[in-house]
Amino acid sequence: MIRDLLTSDLGLLTLTVVLFVAGGAIHRRTRLMLLHPVLMTFVAMIVLLQWLKVPYAAYMEATEVLDFALGLSVVSLGYLLYEQSERLSRNLLPVLAATLMGCVAGVLSVVWIAAAMGADRVILNSIAPKSVTVPIAIAIAEPLGGVVSLTSVVVFCVGIFGAIFGPSILRWGGVKSHEAVGFSLGAASHGIGTSRAVEIGAIEGAMSGLAMALMGVATALLTPLLEQYLY
Amino acid sequence: MIGLMVILLAWLAGNLLSALLSGYVSGNVLGMLILFAVLKLGVVKAETVRPAAKFLLGTMALFFIPYGVGLMESYTVILDNLWAIVVAAVLSTVVVLLVSGHTFQWVAQLKNRLKR
Repeated sequence: MIRDLLTSDLGLLTLTVVLFVAGGAIHRRTRLMLLHPVLMTFVAMIVLLQWLKVPYAAYMEATEVLDFALGLSVVSLGYLLYEQSERLSRNLLPVLAATLMGCVAGVLSVVWIAAAMGADRVILNSIAPKSVTVPIAIAIAEPLGGVVSLTSVVVFCVGIFGAIFGPSILRWGGVKSHEAVGFSLGAASHGIGTSRAVEIGAIEGAMSGLAMALMGVATALLTPLLEQYLY
Repeated sequence: MIGLMVILLAWLAGNLLSALLSGYVSGNVLGMLILFAVLKLGVVKAETVRPAAKFLLGTMALFFIPYGVGLMESYTVILDNLWAIVVAAVLSTVVVLLVSGHTFQWVAQLKNRLKR
């Protein structure tokens, strides 16, 4: 009876939201970057589905409305881009150059290294957009035939890695200006890097948000080309 | 409500454009660019879209949970390539940090020098 209720479409959708909210609460208590609410929800939901014996396809169908909302939130990133673009005019040239270089270097380096270590094309197409925010990364990897669950998990882990180690790597590598530090954090580790950049300072936070939005656009436009000609 | 309508219209226009480009870039990403363009051109005021957009952006993480849960089926592919994925992702993240940071600093300095 209770099992039927939990495994109904509404039950599965509600469980997802409950776990996500609980993950957020645990994250706020512990403030540990590794216990990111989204990663915890991934794991908890998988355990729960195994226990309830619900196949993934059924879960995907039950939560279709979330996929629709994800599409809407990708479109609303256009609003974020508009808000951030107010800061563009002052740093136009450095911002555009860093976006282009960061995007091309990011896609090619991850793909070339993985290919050299023997990963096949499906894996390469799944991780090519690893520096951009998850919804855009999924929108890039899916049409290329990537495994989107791999994309979402790798993008997440890259975000956490960049947010934790990014500031020290930048200091060690000689990137010093406030604007450049903020921009790099957003370019390499999207929203998670941006929340770290906001903690460092106002300039860093603003540049980071701008970098995240622009990297998403550049990577969406360039990855199909790079995929066709350079890897 | 009008905000949601604008977002949906931008998405629909994005899908149309995507079909015309034979799927080169997905419709929702093009919809994002179209929304940016109508805001920038002043066709739609930012205040109109703000409430809906803020809500969607703030809740975005919930919306991709089902994709991550897909790991329960795809983990075998990932385990087979685990080292390649981990090493490539870590090294490439360092590359992106340093390349974008140094490009930014270098171009900013160049611009300042040319101004003087």
